Amino acid sequence: MMNLTALQLGEKIRAGEIGVAEAVTAALGAAENSRTNAFVTLADKEKCLSQADTIQKKISTGELTSPLAGVPIGIKDNICTSGLRTTCASKMLDNFIPPYSATAVEKLENAGLIVVGKLNMDEFGMGSTSETSHYGAVKNPHDENRVSGGSSGGCAAAVAANETFISLGTDTGGSIRQPASYCGVTGFKPTYGAVSRHGLIAYASSLDQIGPIAKNAADCAEIHKIIAGRDPKDGTSLDLPETACIKGVIGKKIAIPEDCLIGNGVDEDVKNNILETAKKFTEMGASIDYIKLPFNEYVIPAYYIIATAEASSNLSRYDGVKYGFRSEGANSLLQTYNATRAEGFGMEVIKRILLGTFVLSSGFYDAYYKKALQVKALIRKHFAETFYNYDAILCPVAPTTAPILGESLSDPLKMYLSDIFTVTANLAGLPAISIPCGKDANGLPIGAQIISDVMKDKVVLGLAQAYQGVQQ
Amino acid sequence: MNWDIVIGLEIHVELSTASKIFCGCSTAFGGEPNTQCCPVCIGMPGTLPVLNTRVLDFAVKAGLALNCQITRYNKFDRKNYFYPDLPKAYQISQLHLPFARNGFVDIGDKKIRIHEIHMEEDAGKLIHSSGKTFLDYNRCGVPLIEIVTEPDMTCAEEVIACLTSVKSMLEYLEVSDCQMQEGSLRADVNLSVKPKGSTEFGTRTEMKNINSFKAIERAIAYESRRQIEVISSGGEISQETRRWDDNAGESFVMRSKENAPDYRYFPDPDIPPISFTDEFIASIQENQPEFAKEKAARFAAEYGLTPKDAAILTTDKNTAQLYEETAKSASPKETAVWMLGEMMYLASTTGAKPKITPPPFAEFINAVTGGKTNRTAGKQVFEYVFGGGEDVAGYIEKHGLAQINDDASIAAIVEKVLAANADAVAEYKSGKEKAFGFLVGQTMKELKGKGNPALVNAALKKHFTES
Repeated sequence: MMNLTALQLGEKIRAGEIGVAEAVTAALGAAENSRTNAFVTLADKEKCLSQADTIQKKISTGELTSPLAGVPIGIKDNICTSGLRTTCASKMLDNFIPPYSATAVEKLENAGLIVVGKLNMDEFGMGSTSETSHYGAVKNPHDENRVSGGSSGGCAAAVAANETFISLGTDTGGSIRQPASYCGVTGFKPTYGAVSRHGLIAYASSLDQIGPIAKNAADCAEIHKIIAGRDPKDGTSLDLPETACIKGVIGKKIAIPEDCLIGNGVDEDVKNNILETAKKFTEMGASIDYIKLPFNEYVIPAYYIIATAEASSNLSRYDGVKYGFRSEGANSLLQTYNATRAEGFGMEVIKRILLGTFVLSSGFYDAYYKKALQVKALIRKHFAETFYNYDAILCPVAPTTAPILGESLSDPLKMYLSDIFTVTANLAGLPAISIPCGKDANGLPIGAQIISDVMKDKVVLGLAQAYQGVQQ
Repeated sequence: MNWDIVIGLEIHVELSTASKIFCGCSTAFGGEPNTQCCPVCIGMPGTLPVLNTRVLDFAVKAGLALNCQITRYNKFDRKNYFYPDLPKAYQISQLHLPFARNGFVDIGDKKIRIHEIHMEEDAGKLIHSSGKTFLDYNRCGVPLIEIVTEPDMTCAEEVIACLTSVKSMLEYLEVSDCQMQEGSLRADVNLSVKPKGSTEFGTRTEMKNINSFKAIERAIAYESRRQIEVISSGGEISQETRRWDDNAGESFVMRSKENAPDYRYFPDPDIPPISFTDEFIASIQENQPEFAKEKAARFAAEYGLTPKDAAILTTDKNTAQLYEETAKSASPKETAVWMLGEMMYLASTTGAKPKITPPPFAEFINAVTGGKTNRTAGKQVFEYVFGGGEDVAGYIEKHGLAQINDDASIAAIVEKVLAANADAVAEYKSGKEKAFGFLVGQTMKELKGKGNPALVNAALKKHFTES
């Protein structure tokens, strides 16, 4: 059963072929026996079964009509789930049980999905490999010696390994798309603001976005339909315009940035598979052009300045005073702060807080943070111009396939640079999807990325669905 | 040597919106600790601040009243620092684009310039008790505006005049309670001294924790004296933040400039920028109330009050309202007399807040002017009305305070008094006018103060003219 897509499972549930309780039991069993270390916390089985019972009844009375009603789902552990521990994979929040759920989770539950567990990740979303977790690294189901990608590594690995039907992740600089690419599944980052961030524990507020990781784009589109929309609890959230999901590809104009294929550490296999994907799109009736993105060298610095600056502020609240971890034995306020934060955070988090604190410091603000915001504004402008001429951009998700465990953390600069193709969508607030488009010589999955203009989430999802329709 | 004192103010005003600036919690003062907070205002992981737009209305009202230019494009910034009363470890404030700039307050003939006003959220409160520290987050997220003046004041009187004027306007606008004791109005005093006439400013200090007008006076006197002494004895003033201790009557160093925190301000990514339209600002401007200055002029013209009396009656909104409501249905002159006399007297001697409301007050004034009670007995009735009493006629009746308007009873008492005070009668007859007053007093005393003074006078006059 676990190899069904979420929509397939939903259909079987509605047809009465599979009971909701049966699906929940299977999902919890698969999660419990995870071979990828994808789960941090599992939901209480009794509670899930009682929810399953209620949902089963509501499906039979016609009260629940979502095609995903009754489908179990895994949630990244930085998204709050009321009554279910939410750790951000950090020692700092090891004991944190939120008294509220994220709006996205609430909407999923209202549609009849059942949260069965919380998925492993890089601590506070800071990492590209899911190795910085307090609960150990997530393993790639295609090769257990390799990383799953990150930071939503648990989400991607669990879906790829059939340990969950579908999952909800978050993307700050590629955290949905890159692990989806490494694990050979589909991951969608919506337009910034399309999904409420209420209940998403912030890493970098202006870049964070919740989105699905699933077995295909159709599942992603269905989840997106449920979770999107303006939320009074998030001032930056917005309603997407009502446009039909585009089905056809004919006449669509797709651009490929040249720099994404040459240099930047792009593997030959990755390049060839992207070109192969482009060919598929032309066969389906799209036109392909090659363009230049003039700001590529500034993307990574701008991203890491903005992300770490916001993180340094967002993570200041973890001070041992109110909730979460508090270091024992400190005997002054300052000692409590220092010891709590030194012991409660892992090295990557500390590194990024220090970096963020530095770039915001008096005397450096103009040289770093202000400059980064200017780069961000330029990137947005350039994308707006690009999308005046094109419907979408096609490029790799990452320059390479999944690295060996431990390799990336020993060369952090290389790890940061590997975000080069994903962070632009965050800086510009664009919707972007990662779809599997082949494998390299080692049999590791390669992901292609489709990016479109702000608010055009359905263009991205539509192109991905069309591509996957032809693939099958 | 003579010295000039240079003072600027940072005035923090809590806005009296029903709910907090970034969540729906109540802003009411005095609740049990931590009963008026939620995951948003205590910054729980994953929660987001969402701007309460009522705060914008309140703030812009204040900005316009203080003659400021309103910034059309507004942003909120984060001010980052660690302290247990600040649960997010940053305060949402405005650094780069304060919502109002370049205003002024009139104090008499002088203008105190306002540099800027910005919006921000209040922090919680630490409660130190039996060697432990407790946290109360009720105040976290209460909306504040901070009014920053230019260093245009030279003495405590000007500072108090400036604060009184600001307070009066904010009360008329109904945007703040402005209660210094409850902390809804707080002023930090920036003060420096320089040799008289010098154009170069001295180094300033900032004094915090000043909780009353009286304390402001004392703190300014203390700090200016301290600075003059330091400089006179060859020392230098260091730029520092000082904490005023009203019990000790001294200020103490809180932190020096070297230890000033780096707040690492940056734009808050959770709150989208706000644009004020010209229409919005115009609609606020159109609905601004009548402030003290205009009201005083109108009172003087409409009710025939002296400019001084009119100014006293209009400084605070509640007083002006009480006056005007009462004067609608009672003698405006008599109303002013009682408010400026007995009411101010009772308020200052008892320290009690008047609970007086216009309908019983008007009934009382009408009882006095209509001869139902006289001024002497009326004081007791007024005290009853002052304390919130509403049944004026019943009270007069019950306590026998009605004026005696009956000629026969008065004549009888007059006869009795004249018989008992032959000396005074003789003195009066010999031309000592003063004795007449004494006889009036004696008669009133016999009448327990309730005699109609005109009738008493008439009865005595009648006696002497007839005899």
